[in-house]
Amino acid sequence: METSSRIWGVLSRVSDPELPVLSIVDLGIVRYVRCDGESPPRVGITPTYSGCPATEVIRAAVQTALVGAGYADAVVEEVLSPPWTSEWLTQEGRRKLEAFGIAPPLGPDRAASHPIACPRCGSQSTRLVSHFGSTPCKAHYRCEACDEPFDYFKCL
Amino acid sequence: MPESTARLRCLLRLADTSLVLAQRLGEWVGHAPELEEDLGVANVALDLLGQARLFFAYASELEGLGRTEDDLAFARDTGEFLNLALVEQPNGDFGKTIVRQVLLDAFQLVLYEWLQRSSDARLAAIAAKSLKETRYHWRYSAGWLVRLGDGTEESHGRVQSALDELWRFTGELFAADEVDLALAASQIAPAPSELRAAWLAQVEPVLRDATLTRPPDVPYRWQGRCGEHSEHLGHLLAEMQYMHRAYPGASW
Repeated sequence: METSSRIWGVLSRVSDPELPVLSIVDLGIVRYVRCDGESPPRVGITPTYSGCPATEVIRAAVQTALVGAGYADAVVEEVLSPPWTSEWLTQEGRRKLEAFGIAPPLGPDRAASHPIACPRCGSQSTRLVSHFGSTPCKAHYRCEACDEPFDYFKCL
Repeated sequence: MPESTARLRCLLRLADTSLVLAQRLGEWVGHAPELEEDLGVANVALDLLGQARLFFAYASELEGLGRTEDDLAFARDTGEFLNLALVEQPNGDFGKTIVRQVLLDAFQLVLYEWLQRSSDARLAAIAAKSLKETRYHWRYSAGWLVRLGDGTEESHGRVQSALDELWRFTGELFAADEVDLALAASQIAPAPSELRAAWLAQVEPVLRDATLTRPPDVPYRWQGRCGEHSEHLGHLLAEMQYMHRAYPGASW
């Protein structure tokens, strides 16, 4: 297997500290892995929200994972542009989020017009409690059918 | 003014404005009217802090004197801070905090819209990222302003008087000095006066929905962006910088 796919494999086992069901690859924050065989491999990661405290933890976890896999010389770079968007969340990531009890993002063109379905009972009769939930990336909702509060992963 | 000096001052203005407002909003944590607002205000503060760090990191590299983000945030004195005077104004009640936030969110929206096309690629990248977060801040603050303004007689009266008190600080948002002129010439940053129409177009409909009256414009006199502050900034910095100054270089 070539170095680049091996490194992608290593990164897909690094989980998000706030959403441990998701890997950083599921979240779409790994922007590239570059290996030219001569200089050290370079890994580009982008922050989700600029104030997200998980960013530094993730960076450290990536370094540790790369060292553990024998890529001690790999360089981790921060990428700011283009800015992260919830559209980069993979299909696999969306499925894992929903199974974990967090409603996945609808996408910018559907968010305004479509109801957010309750991840527990599936009802579309839900109500926004606050645009800001327990972490920067989530909004707080309540299901009118089963009465349970739940998090919605916001579109950004 | 040399472009490098102007660019550095511009970055510090952007960073300080976000940092000081983040600190102010942080004062609400544990004291907001409801748990949801506690979280809402803290989330906005966190975004602003993150944006401030991106600006500080760039400023630190441009300056090249080895001053870190922390040195810039925690080891400069009042007169060296270049934030807008608006953001250092005390929180007051929740209504006043919301009025201040509406005025500033609208400003950051139009400013970052412009800056995302700046000829300075790194500044443009930070602005593009911040803009997406600011849209959420705006939805939150504008939503609350309408609820409070178009709410009870008590809530209406409180936000109207906060607006009357804070409007005089908005003149500073659109006043240009040599920093702005130097950067506008090279398309790094906008001439502030260019932004005023877009800012008003953002703010006025919300004031109308909130049944609030726009106060008269007063001559511009605050110069937070030039390091001349109201008496409130010193108190804010004393609290914010205490730990770093008492234990320089301490880490967790």
